[in-house]
Amino acid sequence: MGEQRISTPLGENEVKALRSGDRVFISGEIYTARDMAHKRLVEMLDSGQDIPLDLKGSIVYYVGPTPAPPGRVIGSAGPTTAGRMDPYTPRILAQGVRGLIGKGRRSPEVKEALVRYGAVYLAAMGGAGALLSRHITGARAVLFEDLGPEAVYLLQVKEFPVVVVNDIYGNDLYEDGVLQYRLDDRSNFLIF
Amino acid sequence: MREVPVQRITEEVARLSQEANCDLPEGVEKALREAAEREESPVGREVLRSLAENALIARQDRMPICQDTGFSVVFVEVGQDVHLVGGNVYDAVNEGVRQGYREGFLRKSILDHPWQGKNTGDNTPAIVHLDIVPGDRVRLRFMPKGGGSENKSRLAMLRPADGLEGARRFVIETVEKAGPDACPPFIVGVGIGGTFDKVAFLAKKALLRPIGTFNSRPEVAEFERELLVAVNRLGLGPEGLGGRTTALWVAVEVSPRHIASFPVAVNIQCHAARVKEAVI
Ligand code: SF4
Repeated sequence: MGEQRISTPLGENEVKALRSGDRVFISGEIYTARDMAHKRLVEMLDSGQDIPLDLKGSIVYYVGPTPAPPGRVIGSAGPTTAGRMDPYTPRILAQGVRGLIGKGRRSPEVKEALVRYGAVYLAAMGGAGALLSRHITGARAVLFEDLGPEAVYLLQVKEFPVVVVNDIYGNDLYEDGVLQYRLDDRSNFLIF
Repeated sequence: MREVPVQRITEEVARLSQEANCDLPEGVEKALREAAEREESPVGREVLRSLAENALIARQDRMPICQDTGFSVVFVEVGQDVHLVGGNVYDAVNEGVRQGYREGFLRKSILDHPWQGKNTGDNTPAIVHLDIVPGDRVRLRFMPKGGGSENKSRLAMLRPADGLEGARRFVIETVEKAGPDACPPFIVGVGIGGTFDKVAFLAKKALLRPIGTFNSRPEVAEFERELLVAVNRLGLGPEGLGGRTTALWVAVEVSPRHIASFPVAVNIQCHAARVKEAVI
């Protein structure tokens, strides 16, 4: 398991080099989007509109930060549960997004779409919002500003720490990592 | 009768809401550090160290430990020799939440209706658990409870024939299903016995118990030990990335049960196990 530094936008070769289990530090610009923004983005695509964001090679971070206190660009900013974005994710990946940051397991459809479109799913540390906030040096709302904290923001990040969960080869750290340390057979306790 | 103005409750709740969100209980931080020493998975060790560091940064920067500053769950114990004056106690708690969440730049996450909801804008209403106890003090405990871990909590009305073994399996299965979404390592609160409503409350109340403190009944403490070992065999590990530290602690509370029921509730608490207390 390696350690890598990457910067946005991501090209095909950079994504190819990322393996499930790698620790990665991201610098550059990343978009934020959570439930409402995803819904609206997909609605725009459905009605044939272009998304006014530079999604080619981009990274999307699922986050709903606390309000920025005076003197800070953002508040506490850890990942939210990624599974809630699953129904929209394949459509977003089709737009050329190369990286997704969140926490928690993804659906089979999303994992398949990651492989198909050559994108990775990265886990940020859930519940480490204070630490992650220090790696965010700028924040600017760029779309759906009426949604307030749920708007799409463009964040400047510096050495933002994540771990590769799903790589483009179909590996899943949430499955492989756990199996490596599991001491019981599942059948021992799954009765309900 | 000792008179306590409810404004004092407002002040304390406003303070506790900010303190709870930015200052992780010492016991939790210590448990994270100790787990980092023991953890076998290299990624797991890194995560645990970072989580302890996150607690440190939160305290230094007065920045919330986690961006989900939760539903405000407030346990209020009122001594029966206390006379609360100056207003309604529930309003006083809510006013404290309102002030604390505004002044502390905490996230407001409450919708005023389950399906027609709009954000109430101040994180009210709080969930208030009011209890009358002996004495002339008012004890407040503030627990901001995040959605990620609350969503993975479960309740089962088992058959008495399922018994303790059924409860054991249900707890382990719930932790397994909670997985990475609920931000492990967890503190697992378990209730056994009582009615449908009572058992859920017991599980929540178990989360108030500091890490390292067993139930005072030996047979329950024994079960707690057993469950902690069992859930840590799941391999989920810190943030669900694989490892030995799936839970930091398991706390079980029990209550008498009906001859026909064997209720079990599991309240999952994430590593951001925030609780702060004040006594007036
Ligand atoms: S589960 Fe806990 S640590 Fe994770 S995001 Fe929710 S409140 Fe924060």
